[in-house]
Amino acid sequence: MAAGCCGGGNDLMILACAGGSNVGQLSNQAAVELTQEGFGKMFCLAGIGGQLSGFVQSARDVPLMVAIDGCQVGCAKAILELAQVPVKHQLVLTDEGIEKNKDLCLQRADIDQVKAAVKRVVLSSRPGAAAGPAVMTGGCGCNRG
Amino acid sequence: MEIKILGPGCPKCQQTEKVVKEALAEAGVIADIEKVTDAMKIAGYGVFGTPAVVVDGNVKLVGKIPTKEDVKAWITK
Repeated sequence: MAAGCCGGGNDLMILACAGGSNVGQLSNQAAVELTQEGFGKMFCLAGIGGQLSGFVQSARDVPLMVAIDGCQVGCAKAILELAQVPVKHQLVLTDEGIEKNKDLCLQRADIDQVKAAVKRVVLSSRPGAAAGPAVMTGGCGCNRG
Repeated sequence: MEIKILGPGCPKCQQTEKVVKEALAEAGVIADIEKVTDAMKIAGYGVFGTPAVVVDGNVKLVGKIPTKEDVKAWITK
């Protein structure tokens, strides 16, 4: 579940495809690190895929979301569409110039590139938002306008 | 009918409970309402935030206060 009540107001949900390739695992690692840094909160794509109502409804109701897909197959986006969840933002890592392969030894430079791309995509939708680290954690929405 | 309101007790959670009760009264529907405040129990529903409303086991809304119209739609289907 999200962090404590009233802890945040912007509620960025991060969904990673977490597939079995370098780009899939890059999506997951970037989601982990962004969450640890307070830039959003990763959420369980498998729960949405499993059609569990708490996960599906959370994805439908969250105001700000980014789906990170490793490649153009777009599994994360497909899962969201199947669950009738509006895809607010999608990032495809191969479109960012990262070549897909089966090397699961992730490179720091690639992880940092993905994190920067996620921030670019999210912040571009929020005019006036600072380019620096943003605190976007889940919560009860008490501070939401 | 069983309605659960998930949340630790913040003002939005309290407002959600008020809206649910008013909607039930206006619709003339009787339901058991349970407030779930335990973080681990809330986590078991897989919700991203609170308040959240669960009607007969199905999560209907997450992270915001429902309108009375929302609630009436859930309880009259």
